[in-house]
Amino acid sequence: MTFRAPHIEYFDLLPIFIILGAGVLGVLTEAFAPRARRYLIQTVLAAVGVAAALVFAVISLVDLARNDEVGKIAAEGAFALDGPTLVIWVIVLLLTLLGVMLFAERQLEGGVTSFAGQAAALPGTEAEREASTKGLEHTEVFPLLLFAGAGMLMFPAANDLLTLFVALEVLSLPLYLLCGLARRRRLLSQEAALKYFLLGAFSSGFFVYGLALVYGFAGSMNFAEIAEASAARTGSQGLLLAGIGLMAVGLLFKVGAAPFHAWTPDVYQGAPTAVTAYMAAATKVAAFGALLRLFYVAFGGLRWDWTPMFWVIAILTMLVGSLVALAQTDIKRLLAYSSVAHAGFLLVGFLGVRSISELGPDEIGSVQAVLFYLATYGLTTIAAFAIVTLVRDSGGEATTLDRWAGLGKESPLVAGMMAFLLLAMAGIPLTSGFVGKWAIFAAALTAGAWPLVVVAVLLSAVALYLYVKVIVLMYFGDPTGEAPSVTRPSFLTSGVIGVGVLATLVFGIVPGPLLDFLGQVGVFIR
Amino acid sequence: MFPWLTLLMLAPLAGALVVAALPARAAANAPKQISLGISLAVLAYVLVLWARFDSDGGAQFAETHVWIKSFGAHYALSVDGLGLAMVLLTAILTPIVILASWHDGDNGRWAPKGMFAWLLALEGLALGCFMAADLLLFYILFEAVLFPVYFLIAGYGGANRKAASLKFLLYSLAGGLVMLVGVIGVYAETAKGDGTPTYLVADLVNHSFDTVPGRLIFVALFIAFAIKAPLFPVHTWLPDTTEAGTPGTNTMLVSVLDKLGSFAMIRFGLEMFPEASQWATPVVIALALISILYGALMAISSQDMMRLIAYTSVSHFGFIVLGIFVMNSQGLTGANIYMFAHGLSTAAIFLAAGFLIRRGGSPRIADYGGLDKVSPVLAGTFLVGCLSLLSLPGLMPFVSEFLVFVGAWREAWWIAAIAAPGIVLAAVYALWMYQRTMTGPVRPELAATKDLDTREIATLAPVIGLLLVFGFFPQPITTLVESSTEYTMSQVGASDPAPAVDGGHDEGSDQ
Repeated sequence: MTFRAPHIEYFDLLPIFIILGAGVLGVLTEAFAPRARRYLIQTVLAAVGVAAALVFAVISLVDLARNDEVGKIAAEGAFALDGPTLVIWVIVLLLTLLGVMLFAERQLEGGVTSFAGQAAALPGTEAEREASTKGLEHTEVFPLLLFAGAGMLMFPAANDLLTLFVALEVLSLPLYLLCGLARRRRLLSQEAALKYFLLGAFSSGFFVYGLALVYGFAGSMNFAEIAEASAARTGSQGLLLAGIGLMAVGLLFKVGAAPFHAWTPDVYQGAPTAVTAYMAAATKVAAFGALLRLFYVAFGGLRWDWTPMFWVIAILTMLVGSLVALAQTDIKRLLAYSSVAHAGFLLVGFLGVRSISELGPDEIGSVQAVLFYLATYGLTTIAAFAIVTLVRDSGGEATTLDRWAGLGKESPLVAGMMAFLLLAMAGIPLTSGFVGKWAIFAAALTAGAWPLVVVAVLLSAVALYLYVKVIVLMYFGDPTGEAPSVTRPSFLTSGVIGVGVLATLVFGIVPGPLLDFLGQVGVFIR
Repeated sequence: MFPWLTLLMLAPLAGALVVAALPARAAANAPKQISLGISLAVLAYVLVLWARFDSDGGAQFAETHVWIKSFGAHYALSVDGLGLAMVLLTAILTPIVILASWHDGDNGRWAPKGMFAWLLALEGLALGCFMAADLLLFYILFEAVLFPVYFLIAGYGGANRKAASLKFLLYSLAGGLVMLVGVIGVYAETAKGDGTPTYLVADLVNHSFDTVPGRLIFVALFIAFAIKAPLFPVHTWLPDTTEAGTPGTNTMLVSVLDKLGSFAMIRFGLEMFPEASQWATPVVIALALISILYGALMAISSQDMMRLIAYTSVSHFGFIVLGIFVMNSQGLTGANIYMFAHGLSTAAIFLAAGFLIRRGGSPRIADYGGLDKVSPVLAGTFLVGCLSLLSLPGLMPFVSEFLVFVGAWREAWWIAAIAAPGIVLAAVYALWMYQRTMTGPVRPELAATKDLDTREIATLAPVIGLLLVFGFFPQPITTLVESSTEYTMSQVGASDPAPAVDGGHDEGSDQ
């Protein structure tokens, strides 16, 4: 047997390598740099690494669009670098850059980051007090963020089952850890991390089992070969269908779709808000990217088998997200349920799948619609959570909704931006949320999924009440007790909010160029 | 090509920004005077447009730019006769409302300048709606216009403003979502043929929708328009909202914004979905008749002046919708003029009632009496407002109501017969309100009531003047809407029934 060295397209995969490399350098920094210098080194390293990766991803994407290519299969079939992958890379890297900015914010906690000073110190002990008086910080959060980011780059690009699973774990494990690192309300934070880890590990188990069954059916890990095998319908159908179902569980867990959404509110609430912001935005983008590829490419030929399942899940997800959110009294939990509802809306777009030949020249396709929704929703969400970090009282962030009453008087600017972002989530015209919603509904309706669209619209009306309720509270509620105060952030958090609000506005008014571009590059390579 | 209409839409919006950005230390009257100046300039601009408008020329001053290609959406504005009439109404009423609301913003939740900024924003967005020549653009403006109203009510309204404004907003936004399904449906249908979707009105009127999707889309759009109009049974937000709103807000809401509903029924209902409109006619006419009678009865039983006026509007919108859906030229012309006339008459009564409430401090009819001896000018203008509510001959609403009745009669005699008690009931609610507030012995606590001052007279005089002028000489408005009526008639493919035909509406609508 001759050994052939694997051929790796290093240049095309640069973004992944840069992020992983920066992460490894970050770990080395922890080992060798003196404590006082670490914060500066880590933030600069992370920011520069992500920015460099972003530049390369943008270059590849522009190249792809200019040459009118579909993309290429790289690293011996492990990765597919096509339009959707590169678009998601750009979105994820942009969100990671914003995440680095949120992680690096020090002004809100009076000179330290919002992560635990010494995570190993038990809550309420002398060691913890000591860590906080010394002003200790965990700068490991930056490499962790980068590793998660690298996983999110691999996840949507994975072109075989193994890479998909490895990417899933690479993105998940750092996030489990990050969730438990809050500086305040540490028990809640650790509980969130444990819940996320246990449920996440459980869902990974489902995923691997499904993976094994699909392999058993197709005899290959490769998406294209699975597609071929499933089109030929040789072998045991039961094996394949069970495998698809189990793999769907793993992915639906990550996107936070009902009935696999139970972790979302607890984890979103307990995790440090900067982590929640990053997770809510970027994980959803990456996971939907993987979902699209797996089901459109590998299981595309079996569309009629899996659509009924996703119909049920989409409706259930929207139902749970919109209705349960009504009962929430905490802004982070509320946004968590709202993210569940948005996962449902995204699934509606996902179900607007049609083959390219059915699509008219100027018509909107489901990949294009979902990608647009992901880009705009990610930016809106990260900015909304960034605003949550600003509203504080003596005990840290004031996340109970009661404490948000009268915010409009206290800080018209912050309340105004939050109101705008909430309206975007509600899908009110002149925000990017409206365009996104329109796009996915249109994609689903033209594909004939009109009952789904009707349900989605009805539940949008319910969700609307939810967002308007918060806005009314901010502007017309009377504060109970101590008025909420808005802490002035440094340029880092302000920058995140500014980018998010601006993107929400701009893509609400002139979405044309982005949509057209996504329409051009939104084609999967097989 | 000079962007006449873009400029018209942007001028009040820019004005709103200027007023909102005024520093707090600016003179108290500065925002008011600037807003008044801007709105008067807009009015002058609209009069110029009217002078340049060719009454037989169809849609004019058109601007069309592709906006979102993959949606088939355009930034397209144009006005036809009906559109210009509505633009004119908006431009006339805004300065009047600003002048009438001079002191109404002083006790609001926010600084008074906010109220004037929102009023100007409202004007700009409403103008945009009447000029939109693209369904998606219309939809977006139709939704956006809710927010100025919401903030006007929630920020500057009366006791129950928080709940009332929320009800208004949620009701309207929910209606908007139903409309969204229809709007997306239009996309799906136009994309079906050659894969090039479009929202341009000029394309949509020539697109023949398949029967079933066309009807479903029509229903989705109609529900939103009926909420806006408002038509029974989706009218319940209006009385609550007007009860909480200031007189100026109520005038803009009922006189201008509610017209969007009936305007859109013609523009995006009849003209775009002629088959579906005819299919829906029996139900719509039934709802219109119920609105006429129910609104009038509820008005009679109302104890609150603002609620009473709101219910009269439900009744009057019943007449307008009836005129639209009998689908003959008399009915349609009547409905078109009615929209204009109703704007003026509602403004007169809302503003006069507002001046009265400001003096007496209570919106309850029972708290007043005998004011015609203390403040004759107030009583006189209030009387004119009441008379215009009951469509007295010589005032503009009479012309339109008469035409609607002719149209209804030509459709079927019994439709006119069912609607007829609406006139009698109108006399009851209008005159009874006048009698209870203005006549009889003077209440001691009202004996010192001041009569209207110059500013208040200056706001009511133009409205009453126009009601009288167009009451005797409606030609300027009738000529303006004539070509629109003909166009709508040609779109629905209905010709006027021959006078000899005397049967059910089925015969009429099938011709």
